[in-house]
Amino acid sequence: MPLLPNLFRTEYGKMVAVLVRSFGFSHVEEAEDLVSDTFALAAETWGMKGIPENPTGWLYTVAKNNARDRLRRKGHFSNRILPNLKQDHPLTEMPEPDFSPESFQDSQLRMIFTLCHPALNPEQQVALCLRILGGFGIDEIAAAFLTTKSTINKRLQRGKSRLREVLSSIELPPSSALNERLEAVLTTIYLLFNEGYHASVTPETFRRELCADAIRLALLLTTNKKTNLPQVNALLALMCFQTSRFDARSGTDGELILYARQDRSLWDERLIGQGRKFLTAATSGGHNGRYHLEAAIAFLHTKPTESPEKWPTILSLYNRLLQLHYSPVAALNRTYALSRVHGPEAAITEALKIDLKGHLWFHLLLADLYGQAEEKAKAKDHLNQSLVLTKNPATKRFIAAKIAAL
Amino acid sequence: MQDFMMLFRSEENPDFHPSPEELQAEIKLWETWIGGIAAQGKFGSSEALDFSGKILHANGTVTDGPYIELKEIVGGYILVKAEDFDDALQLAQGCPVLSVGGKVEIRPIMHFD
Repeated sequence: MPLLPNLFRTEYGKMVAVLVRSFGFSHVEEAEDLVSDTFALAAETWGMKGIPENPTGWLYTVAKNNARDRLRRKGHFSNRILPNLKQDHPLTEMPEPDFSPESFQDSQLRMIFTLCHPALNPEQQVALCLRILGGFGIDEIAAAFLTTKSTINKRLQRGKSRLREVLSSIELPPSSALNERLEAVLTTIYLLFNEGYHASVTPETFRRELCADAIRLALLLTTNKKTNLPQVNALLALMCFQTSRFDARSGTDGELILYARQDRSLWDERLIGQGRKFLTAATSGGHNGRYHLEAAIAFLHTKPTESPEKWPTILSLYNRLLQLHYSPVAALNRTYALSRVHGPEAAITEALKIDLKGHLWFHLLLADLYGQAEEKAKAKDHLNQSLVLTKNPATKRFIAAKIAAL
Repeated sequence: MQDFMMLFRSEENPDFHPSPEELQAEIKLWETWIGGIAAQGKFGSSEALDFSGKILHANGTVTDGPYIELKEIVGGYILVKAEDFDDALQLAQGCPVLSVGGKVEIRPIMHFD
């Protein structure tokens, strides 16, 4: 990636978080503008004069100077023009932004809890995290959610004004509320990750960035004693195990390669190793929640050879996971695991009970199970039903090839 | 959707001394049956009850054992969400207590509001 876009991705969210921490949340848009302006100036100046020796240092200095100028102008405005209007947080009294590594970490941590505030709906939380913490463009976010730029803009605006109503500064929640709020943060991070991992329409490179960003945010939570909790480590382990198969799961034409056919030498051993470390950290506290179960399942999938206990264990983990947290994907995966333990006929009975008609993977699963049970007509019927449920050309080709092979 | 409680009733069997493997197999059966209900998004909660118990009588005396006159005991319960009685009956099918001669009692939860 060229230097400036790369810096934008890594620095934008950090700088906005620090500025919002000094200005207060009511000035979030000014903070965003200020950082955007800084990058615009960098593009112009660096283009003419060449890249400075310390590009991030340059960005921080310019942003700090800009912030000071704005404070001065604002101060002028509020002293001369609004003498009798009480402002909650007059900009003139704000401390100077602190662009040190500790401050970046702490400000981003506060920011993620702020953006995952319970007053917002999950869609707003995810969009705000992508925009403000990840520095993703409106068009990129719109593409990821299959919607228009104006919808995303509205979602961001509504989210921000709702937050301005409920809070002024960005803080970590008090310890009494921390666990509950952390749940919301983890849900948002996992949504973000799944968007990157499972979305079939967005370009491959962008999906990788979404996954990387989700992992970055979860890592941020491990930097603070209060939030470095077992469930955070479990989610990190889960994301590392999943991401380890990124290179193996699509072919040269972007076609889907299912787990059983993946070239295992393409699995990322380094990520699997990191996932193991996080899983160990996660299980040290005796906590055993949703992400622990999902991480344990993902861990079993990282083993290149299959032991006879693999599928019974996975089935058992899915049985427990579904009791803690129902999701259609887990219900489908459980049914697949059941077919590996009890055979396709038993799994067909269970699949028909879960009844997720209209869900692409429900029909693909049933097609697979009927195929195994030698009921070709029914298998074909479900493949045809799944064909109309996807717009992704690679998935369409994948289904067409299955129909042809019957 | 309506809430139902299923009570698992079976006769106490004093000769039942399962091996660890049998116990493990028994747990798997229950886990899979409950997992099947959870996979339909209809699971509420569930607990198994120990065979021991104490009974407090109206006259203040306390006796041992969860069963009073009947030899039948409640081994556990599950709370589920179901469309109606028929759906709840469907969910009860395959309950492991049935394969050891027990029965499932299905009762709608009453809501006072």
